[in-house]
Amino acid sequence: MRDFVSDRIRSLQPSGIRKFFDAVSEMPDAISLGVGEPDFETPWKIREEGIYSLEKGKTFYTSNSGLPELREEICSYMKRKYDLSYDPGKEVIVTVGGSEAIDIALRCTVNNGDEVIIPQPSFVSYAPCAVMAGGVPVIIDLKAENEFRLTPEELEKAITPASKVLILSFPNNPTGAIMEREDLEALVPVIESHDLVVISDEIYAELTYSGRHVSIASLPGMRERTIVINGFSKAFAMTGWRLGYACGPENIISQMTKLHQYAIMCAPTLSQYAAIEALRNADDDVEKMAKAYDQRRRYLLNEFRDMGLECFEPLGAFYIFPSIKKFGLSSEEFAEKILEEQKLAVVPGNAFGDSGEGYLRISYAYSIDSLKEAMGRLRSFISGL
Amino acid sequence: MDLRNEILNTLEKDSRISPDELAIRLGAEQTEIVNEISALEKEGIICGYLTLINWEKTDDELVTALIEVKVTPQRGNGFDSIAERIYKYDEVRAVYLMSGGFDFTVIVEGKTMREAALFVSEKLSTLESVLSTSTHFVLRRYKDHGVILEEEKKDERISIMP
Repeated sequence: MRDFVSDRIRSLQPSGIRKFFDAVSEMPDAISLGVGEPDFETPWKIREEGIYSLEKGKTFYTSNSGLPELREEICSYMKRKYDLSYDPGKEVIVTVGGSEAIDIALRCTVNNGDEVIIPQPSFVSYAPCAVMAGGVPVIIDLKAENEFRLTPEELEKAITPASKVLILSFPNNPTGAIMEREDLEALVPVIESHDLVVISDEIYAELTYSGRHVSIASLPGMRERTIVINGFSKAFAMTGWRLGYACGPENIISQMTKLHQYAIMCAPTLSQYAAIEALRNADDDVEKMAKAYDQRRRYLLNEFRDMGLECFEPLGAFYIFPSIKKFGLSSEEFAEKILEEQKLAVVPGNAFGDSGEGYLRISYAYSIDSLKEAMGRLRSFISGL
Repeated sequence: MDLRNEILNTLEKDSRISPDELAIRLGAEQTEIVNEISALEKEGIICGYLTLINWEKTDDELVTALIEVKVTPQRGNGFDSIAERIYKYDEVRAVYLMSGGFDFTVIVEGKTMREAALFVSEKLSTLESVLSTSTHFVLRRYKDHGVILEEEKKDERISIMP
């Protein structure tokens, strides 16, 4: 029998987090700072709308691009929050989480051999999705001294004649870095002069702790070359509902809708009804959760500095990215050792790209009490090194 | 939201947080927090620091009754002096002036149902301005002060995720 598996999928590395996960799951009394989702349950009013939709028999497919009311609410949300104007009829698609949006955005923009520029450390799926789309990932190693922001010089250096797509993911998982207006503005001339399309993954936009998140699509000239990806998982604590969306120019969104139609049909109907309620009536809940994260963020930053761990102040998402370079252990060694000795699970920074080596990703999607317990364990571990 | 509000919202959920920790969590100076809290206390905005107890889980019996009270307001000082007559009893946990079909909600605690009922019949309903009372006993407390009492919190999340 011949090999039924494609060369392309075989070439993808499995996620480095996997073996870690296996080790942690065999340790029932371990505490973890390794999650990538909110600790809050979905606000009850949103869950209730999901329940009502089932009671009312809303159990059928929706239109491919999503319920019209939901697309309208998404557009008014994008306007109200980020000053972005999109046509709900043609420039929005509701997807199965932000993840699907990343995948189809890449598959609808990349030709064979096109280079996809991916600043790292960043979420693990960009490079694999780029490869599956026939693209060639080009990695930019972001630097701690720039607080893991992307500079125009770094971008310029990564450009070749084959460059086509730039992926931006700010606020960033795993570093907690953000890009402020000036940072984004500085990139625009480079993006324009090389005629790049930007896929901007803004899933953590609501979790920005210094003023308002700025979307690159809101800068002059950028709307027509940007696909903005957002979703409900992080802001509304709706990870399990699997609901995201992409907004962008009609010529791209219509192609994404075509692919989505063949591959997915439509995002879960139940989740879409719940999401309408989220966008209409949950601003207060979002704010409350963001405030809670912000307190934990300050608490952890203070703890790390107190322990002598070098750490820039993260201003977004719910991660903090301390350096452990001074202990002479690799990220993985550190993570393995602290799991073994203190039963504390953290994610090694290099799981998010080589430039994450020497760092740990610590999630603060945990109650303050859990964080206190975890910091106690980290403290005893470090003092034993 | 200003610092004052942040302090109140945070302390309302956990009054044991020290000024030091509050300063870190809210990104403020420790002295600023201390001053603000003492101002809030002086202004009577912070009225106390209590502990939320689920007495049902202890061996002590505790009965709570919610009593709807209709009264005749008194010339000159309206409901206030009647409220005062009522809230001065130690048995009374809370008194609220209400809109709608009756005037006061009075929450009374007693060791037994008989004790609470006696309080109503002997003390409350014999007050001159009280026209009628209607007593409801609490059978079970599910949620109090925003806290779900019997909730078992388990972290359902996958412990390591990108």
